[in-house]
Amino acid sequence: MSKATPLNDAHRRLGARMVDFGGWDMPINYGSQIDEHHAVRRDCGMFDVSHMTVVDLEGAGCRDFLRRLMANDVGRLKGPGRALYTCMLDPSGGVIDDLIVYRRAGSDYRLVVNAATREADLEWLHRHAGEFAVAVRERPELAMVAVQGPNARARVAAVLGGEAATAADALARFAFVESDDLFIARTGYTGEDGYEVVLPAARAEGFWQGLLDAGVAPCGLGARDTLRLEAGMNLYGQDMDRTTTPLESGLAWTVAMTGERDFIGRAALAAQLAAGVPRQLVGLVLDERGVLRHGQRVLTGQGEGEVTSGSFSPTTGKSIALARIPAGEPGQVRVDVRGRELAVRVVQPPFVRDGAARPGI
Amino acid sequence: MSEIPGDLKFLKSHEWARLDDEGLVTIGISDHAQGLLGDLVYVELPRVGDTVDAGNGCAVVESVKAASDVYSPVSGEVVAVNAALADKPETINEDAYGEGWILVVRPSDPAELEDLLDPDAYAELIDGEDD
Repeated sequence: MSKATPLNDAHRRLGARMVDFGGWDMPINYGSQIDEHHAVRRDCGMFDVSHMTVVDLEGAGCRDFLRRLMANDVGRLKGPGRALYTCMLDPSGGVIDDLIVYRRAGSDYRLVVNAATREADLEWLHRHAGEFAVAVRERPELAMVAVQGPNARARVAAVLGGEAATAADALARFAFVESDDLFIARTGYTGEDGYEVVLPAARAEGFWQGLLDAGVAPCGLGARDTLRLEAGMNLYGQDMDRTTTPLESGLAWTVAMTGERDFIGRAALAAQLAAGVPRQLVGLVLDERGVLRHGQRVLTGQGEGEVTSGSFSPTTGKSIALARIPAGEPGQVRVDVRGRELAVRVVQPPFVRDGAARPGI
Repeated sequence: MSEIPGDLKFLKSHEWARLDDEGLVTIGISDHAQGLLGDLVYVELPRVGDTVDAGNGCAVVESVKAASDVYSPVSGEVVAVNAALADKPETINEDAYGEGWILVVRPSDPAELEDLLDPDAYAELIDGEDD
């Protein structure tokens, strides 16, 4: 029996098509995935992401703990109310998970990690917490709703009202605020503006219904996947995992190697940099008919690679993909799409920005 | 879920076949199948004149989620394809048993139609899947 989020009944009432997603009973769509995708690009959509794992860290040692465990440097967070995207690495530089770190008041932090990696993450966090006198507390009683799109901030403000609305409206990107029992972050996984809101399970249905009444489109995990791919955002377990380093996953920008900070995985990354990073994650665009899919073989001038995430892209009207290929100038690139070798263009993600295809995509 | 028309026959793999008065068989995928696939974005059609064999792939439908072979319920020669699907594959989502037809075959062995499921048997099959 899969686990249900506090919004499970709400999804069923809306006629969602439900699927098992990493042990959770989640909506894949509420009718048309493509319509939901366009709602987020053009107006506003919302996602139940309560399956994600919220972990609170408490204690004076949190900062040192995170500077040891995370490839990005929480020292970059200038004050409370700021968030940082990072990978957590094993000693060989493999990615245990990607997550967002939120710096809270005092010495405390909050992490939001992937549902599928929950157990491995918690085990890793607990294993290292002792050395730093950090208390690791999972918060399964919390729900999480992402509201995304060019009109998301206005809609959320209208539904929240009062002080929370004012505080949310004042947020810079990647900033967050805690108001009453709401945790409102200006973050997301779609490439659009908006918020991710963590709230008590008991308040989830009311918030969801308020957004529905305000005209926000409910969107399933299907649209979430095409939106994040268009935005060039990696999906853990598909675009990177323990067998790949961030340097091979288009995530070098998230690794803070300046200074002497000794984070787990640093030595392995330094060695990989010295030897030359053997693989790269690139964007692919297919101009002819067909759909790029996870697992398809990619043929380049430097050898073979693999599509890690591929889909039809509703915003561009073409198929797009992320692919891991050998380092170096790839030359003419083809993908084996169901037995046919189709020519593709190599591009720098993201594929879509500000609601539209980037020039040249 | 739309009503299953009574004049259709089905493969377990969710293709439908409709025999017309001229002895031709129109082929498509069921409404249940389009629902499982989700929004269709691409249909790969055979060419008129191609030969198809019962139980073998005769077309490919791709949704945002996955690519899926369409198996032919009967053997024979392709006499028409629904070229409008190239620009509007979503027609299959909207009208799987009507405007969303995929191809028409002149059957070489009409007796093959007798091996297919009738609408009641097909309805029972998909009810079982939903459990």
